[in-house]
Amino acid sequence: MERDIILEVRDLSKSFGGIKAVDSLSLNLKKGELLGIIGPNGSGKSTLINIITGFLKPDKGKVLYKGTDITGLSPYKIANIGLVRSFQFIRPFYKIPVYKNVVISLCSDRVKRLKGGSFGRRDEVAIDLLEELGFERDSRILYKETSEIPHGYLRRVELARCIALNPDLLILDEILSGMSKPEVASIIPVIKRLNDQGLTIIMVEHRIKELFQIAHRVIVLNFGRKIADSTPEEVMQDQTVRSAYIGKAKINFRR
Amino acid sequence: MNTLNTLNTVNIAKRKERIDRAIKARCNDIYTLLSLKEISYVIAPKLCLILFIFIFPLLKAILGYYWERVFYITCLIAILAISWELLSYVGLVSLGQAFVFGTGAYISGIFNINFHIPVPFSILLASGFGALICTLILFPASKIKGIYFAMITLCIPMFFSKVIEATEIFGGTSGISGISPIGNYYVEMYFPALVLIGAFFCLRRLMSTDFGLLIIGIKDNEFSLMSSGINIYKIKFFVIFLSSALGCFSGACMCHYYQFVGISAFSLDYSIIPLACSILGGIDGFSGSLIGAFVVCPLSEMLRGFGTLRIVIYSVLLIMFILLVPEGIFSYISRKYHQIERWKEI
Ligand SMILES: Nc1ncnc2c1ncn2[C@@H]1O[C@H](COP(=O)(O)OP(=O)(O)OP(=O)(O)O)[C@@H](O)[C@H]1O
Ligand SMILES: [Mg+2]
Repeated sequence: MERDIILEVRDLSKSFGGIKAVDSLSLNLKKGELLGIIGPNGSGKSTLINIITGFLKPDKGKVLYKGTDITGLSPYKIANIGLVRSFQFIRPFYKIPVYKNVVISLCSDRVKRLKGGSFGRRDEVAIDLLEELGFERDSRILYKETSEIPHGYLRRVELARCIALNPDLLILDEILSGMSKPEVASIIPVIKRLNDQGLTIIMVEHRIKELFQIAHRVIVLNFGRKIADSTPEEVMQDQTVRSAYIGKAKINFRR
Repeated sequence: MNTLNTLNTVNIAKRKERIDRAIKARCNDIYTLLSLKEISYVIAPKLCLILFIFIFPLLKAILGYYWERVFYITCLIAILAISWELLSYVGLVSLGQAFVFGTGAYISGIFNINFHIPVPFSILLASGFGALICTLILFPASKIKGIYFAMITLCIPMFFSKVIEATEIFGGTSGISGISPIGNYYVEMYFPALVLIGAFFCLRRLMSTDFGLLIIGIKDNEFSLMSSGINIYKIKFFVIFLSSALGCFSGACMCHYYQFVGISAFSLDYSIIPLACSILGGIDGFSGSLIGAFVVCPLSEMLRGFGTLRIVIYSVLLIMFILLVPEGIFSYISRKYHQIERWKEI
């Protein structure tokens, strides 16, 4: 096996009742890659991520991370070895101030291990991180209770929560959805920069235009199966992909 | 790839500016503690509580033995209510605090009678051992959530009382009698009172640390916590253990007070009263449970004069409290307290 493969999914299947949410799916991911995953609603993208990160057990198949089998490992263990995911339906901690959401990640074993026992003051690190992610202008928001802030901000908090863990592989499940155009424009460079620094990223997105600007490779799912796996340019030309989307949603393939 | 390192070297000037802004943002909600008056405003309620608990046992000559007994029981129930509240912090609504209470009572009784361990130690040992036993049973149950956990905990004390009744272990239905009392009046009164105050302030302190943050996070959202790499099972185990230790302590003290322990220690009363205290006092925070206990217990004692009508009057009063002060007594009082302060300023 190649050494620079960080994640390998082998022949994964999962069904709910009669529905095959993920159907014998395999994929490889190289270190440093930015992989996009797209597909119509209900095509099994989130299910795939839930299996990779331990929130669901697969019926069949294996997930290998850095060469070790992590199938069925507890989610917190998976997060602690550097495989971190964001949630599509974000569920922040509502009853605490916004920046404390990030402090929680900083309490994890992983951060303790990487930064040693003397990891400074968590509050300050959390606020620094959030300000880097664009809370600079309205930093008052950081001290409010999470349930009081506008929904648009929550996705950035969620992103900060993930980055704070210092991941090796970051999986973002529709992090851009619900964001306004300027917000997306400010987040995309952040993701790009993280990737340039060597972080491997998987992005599940419906915002194809923005995704295709930064993705190195794109996988298309339909009914739990992989129907395309190549560069963004080739995926755009692909006839099967186009027909999978017909009738589902009008998606603008032009850049 | 090292996002956090780049952040650690964020330039100093920027950080200073940020801290200034942070102070500004916070100062809107927090009054500054500059004058003596303001300091006393903040510590007055805590001081009142501590003084009350210290002075009450000294008033035996004036108030008589009866009220000292009520005070003692109230302290124990308050500890039990705090232990219930602690469990509810991790999202576990227990209907079976009687289980923890009874386990503590039985273990302390057995230690005292069968192993001749002197009283204060038997109470402490019972808190430790009892907590271990309770945790071993409650922790697996905690994987089940919401109403199902409540149902399981409701059944556990019934199960144990029936087992004791049927197998006649630990004295069967007649219980264990002849347990030594603590003896010294002041030790007897202050021991639970000090534990109550200690537990109350320590737990409040704990909740404001980063570890407390994780505890609150469990109730809010387990999944996010797990994906943040936090071992929620470890935290739950710790919280269940701590809560059980408090509950067992309460039961152990009770058995030495009555010098008897029977299956009544597992009765439904001890499951419901802590719940009533917490709901009446205000469900958020330990202060609510504490105040609730100091309302519910004396109330139920005062109504003993009414004979069989007692439960009826008791229920009506509880319902009225819940209807009239739905936010809880503690929230109500603290709101009024803050209003007094504002009113003075104008
Ligand atoms: N917990 C569950 N129980 C039953 N069925 C489920 C469950 N989770 C997902 N499904 C089904 O599995 C299929 C795939 O769902 P999934 O959420 O993975 O899709 P998705 O690609 O993420 O869609 P979207 O783009 O809307 O997020 C859907 O048909 C869905 O109804
Ligand atoms: Mg999804």
